[in-house]
Amino acid sequence: MEPKDHIDNTINHLFRQESGKMVAVLIKIFGTENIELAEDVVQDALVSALETWKYRGMPDNPRAWLYRTARNKAIDIIRRKKHSKTIDFSDPERKLLTSEYTLASTMKDFWKEQHIQDDFLAMMYACCHPDISQENQITFILKSLCGFSTKEVAKSFLTSEDTISKRLYRTKEYFRKHKIRPSIPFPEEIGVRTSSVLSAIYLMFNEGYNSTHDDQLIRKDLISQSMWLCKSLLDSERTQLPEVYALMSLMCFHTARINSRITEQGALILLPDQDRSTWDTKLIALGSNYLNQAAFGDALTTYHLEAAIAYQHCTVLSYETTNWKEILKYYDLLLNIDKDPIVYLNRCLILLELYGPEEALEAIEEIRDHKILNKYYLYHAILGEIHERLIQPHIAVEYYQQAIQLTQSKPEQHCLQQKIARILN
Amino acid sequence: MKEFLMLIRGGQEKYDSVSPEGMQKHMEHWQQWMGSLAQEDKLVGGQPLMNEGSTMTEGGKKVTDRPFAEGKELVGGYLLIKADSLVHATEIAKDCPSFEYDCSVEVREIAPMD
Repeated sequence: MEPKDHIDNTINHLFRQESGKMVAVLIKIFGTENIELAEDVVQDALVSALETWKYRGMPDNPRAWLYRTARNKAIDIIRRKKHSKTIDFSDPERKLLTSEYTLASTMKDFWKEQHIQDDFLAMMYACCHPDISQENQITFILKSLCGFSTKEVAKSFLTSEDTISKRLYRTKEYFRKHKIRPSIPFPEEIGVRTSSVLSAIYLMFNEGYNSTHDDQLIRKDLISQSMWLCKSLLDSERTQLPEVYALMSLMCFHTARINSRITEQGALILLPDQDRSTWDTKLIALGSNYLNQAAFGDALTTYHLEAAIAYQHCTVLSYETTNWKEILKYYDLLLNIDKDPIVYLNRCLILLELYGPEEALEAIEEIRDHKILNKYYLYHAILGEIHERLIQPHIAVEYYQQAIQLTQSKPEQHCLQQKIARILN
Repeated sequence: MKEFLMLIRGGQEKYDSVSPEGMQKHMEHWQQWMGSLAQEDKLVGGQPLMNEGSTMTEGGKKVTDRPFAEGKELVGGYLLIKADSLVHATEIAKDCPSFEYDCSVEVREIAPMD
């Protein structure tokens, strides 16, 4: 490996891991009215790192180097803007930045390890404020806290950079207008607030986990970033809630199977055909650990149940030995929490495995003509599956064809085409 | 609430001979003291000053390339604070870290000009 490559990789990794934390600290220093300023300082620090390290090699502690550089740049900005109206210095925390007696040491305080972690979490909660739409939440998290470029965020959402810029602008406007002060919520509201953070993280994870994306790098990034965000919540005592452990566990189980879901050519491999020897046993063990840790308190969330289902799949040796009865129980509990039609649909698949196509058909009749499901490829795919087993190949093919029309994902389309081909031959 | 100016003088000798650790400690004291003033909304502002300067006399026509004051008399910094009375302001000034450097502190109320 060339030294330059080594530096690039280190910077990329460092950038992903540290830029969000630096942005969070700088937003605390400059205020939420000045998010761009915070982002600019981080960008500058990274450019300085690239330029300096190229000539002098990597410092012993690149992270510390980066933080120090960002801190010094922030000091320059404070000195420059001391008398401007851009930064609100009336705040007692920031007041001390205006005097040379206290500027340097106040700055140092802002960058204490404990503060950095807290500011980062506080920013996560601020991003997931219920007033901000979930799309905008995730866009902002990816851009500001995960160090994605606008281009990468656009790729993640399969949309244009222009759309992403607009979303970011709206979120920043919201912060500016309401002068939001990021903070970790008080114990009495932490449960509710954490649930929006978790749902953003899970959505991000699914964006990476689902095979709509051709871009492997983006997918892996989305997965590792969502797990990293979740891990950040687990690293702080105030946010170690059972549902956070549960989501972490669920993501570990899913990620453990990631390499067995897709062929080299990018075709989808369904659960019965997946090569279980490729599943990541370390991640499965980790997931089981987290699932055990999730079992305190009286919270039984959808994450707990989904993790329990994933655990069932991950810990049996073959598809044939899957404990469908146990899994069905979890589905019933899931439906108790939330009558989610997608969950109901997946439950039909379990019935198909457990009791055969007649039962499954009877159950799926219940949700026939459901507005959302009618547009959902999986609904038609499952109906195809049921009719195929009922030995009604023509009806099955029709459903499969309908499903193909409804998905954008090439691997999914390909998978459905194979089913049709299998019937017609 | 009235405003008061604190003029801090001297301290150069000790300042010149202090170790980096001592300096660090001293700065932390400033941080704590001013921090508590800011928290109580008593701090308006304040800055340390460079030793170099110029002195203007004779109606501004004559400029001397140094402050007239020497050593103990040289103003090394100032603070503007809010307090109820001169007694109160003096009480606040007692905790000024500059005393660690044998400085003198003069406390003066801002005069309203009617």
